[in-house]
Amino acid sequence: MEAVGLWQSAFDLMLGFSLFGLAWRMLFCADLFKSIVLFITFGLLMAIAWVRLEAPDVALAEATIGAGLTGALLMSAFAKLRTLDNSLKSGQPLLPRPRLHVINFWIALLFTVLLTGGLAYAVLSLPSHSPGLSDAVMSQLDSSGVTHPVTAVLLNFRGYDTLLEMAVLLLSIQSVWSMAGMSDAGEVHTSPVLNVLIQLLSPVLILVSAYLLWVGAHAPGGAFQAGSILGAAGVLLVLSGRPLFNLKKSWLIRLMLVAGPAAFIALATLTLINEGQLLKYPVANAANYILLLETLATVSIGTTLLALFVGSQTEAVQQDQSHQ
Amino acid sequence: MSMLFFYALIGVGLFTLGLLALVVQPHLLQKILALNVMGSGVFLLLVALGGRSQPVVDVVPQAMVITGIVVAVSATAMALTLMLNLSRSSPGAQLPEDQSADS
Repeated sequence: MEAVGLWQSAFDLMLGFSLFGLAWRMLFCADLFKSIVLFITFGLLMAIAWVRLEAPDVALAEATIGAGLTGALLMSAFAKLRTLDNSLKSGQPLLPRPRLHVINFWIALLFTVLLTGGLAYAVLSLPSHSPGLSDAVMSQLDSSGVTHPVTAVLLNFRGYDTLLEMAVLLLSIQSVWSMAGMSDAGEVHTSPVLNVLIQLLSPVLILVSAYLLWVGAHAPGGAFQAGSILGAAGVLLVLSGRPLFNLKKSWLIRLMLVAGPAAFIALATLTLINEGQLLKYPVANAANYILLLETLATVSIGTTLLALFVGSQTEAVQQDQSHQ
Repeated sequence: MSMLFFYALIGVGLFTLGLLALVVQPHLLQKILALNVMGSGVFLLLVALGGRSQPVVDVVPQAMVITGIVVAVSATAMALTLMLNLSRSSPGAQLPEDQSADS
């Protein structure tokens, strides 16, 4: 038993220092492409750290969103940046070193070291045991409509946060759409292997997404993880050159984008009128309400993430078509 | 139990490392990466400290972090679009202050 604990401690130490080292290499590396690859690796190691911290829900979200979709977004932005910037084209390292004045760099470093010391002292002076809100969550879990505490917090106890989060997603896609206008429709590489892989993967991804959505009621999973996997399936399809459907103009896409926030707002209004309190579900119907909200939220999250990825590309394609 | 504090300290380290890179590195893509690392540091700190309520782990910080991850990716997408728009008008994808210090 003791030997197992020792191995686990050694693993934790290794993981923690790897995370820090990777972040260091990623942020102070002259080659942007290398930084992005290191960022994806960093996200995957973070997912392992979440598992070690007994947070499997966060691990799922980190692996699909933090490492997967953010990585895809960064890669796509880097590819577009390379068409704009001649210095990136030849593949030479971008920036030899930070271009700040030497004294300014040392001031920044000193400030950072002091801040680290202060924060570390604050963290270490916290009591080693604190119940937090776990007792409150556990005592109310039976009336939440689900048996998985994380889903209960996200969709019931703190439903207001999730409502605002859906609004943030909607706002971000609106701002990306209004700023879009890159004259570069990313070139599409197709190959027989990619085609077969996508034919196999797409149905599996949709199935996994639906499974995560359903299982979220009583085990790790839920709307965010399911939505991001749905979004990832869409990104795969777009990357392989499948003409999905016109992402920007189609009213169907717009409907899918607002379905989640709209359902949240409608339910919030309904509960405000009936129960006198925002998003306070009647206990008997809580499970159904949560499932309905989660399903619509999954569709909206998946569509939003896909639309964020496609973002400016559709604009360029449309312009090309109108010229022809 | 002490491992939780180790992860919390790694979170603090990631946050300040990201802050340093955010201040020091001139390229906007590196600044966006730095912001993401800072976010990861805060998430790690939150969840690690939420684990102090043994034997039952406090799930409220976990739910907050899941929300935070989704908000972070949408903010990143918006920042990347802003960066691309900026680098169309002035090549180099840097802020004007950094470009003048450069010459």
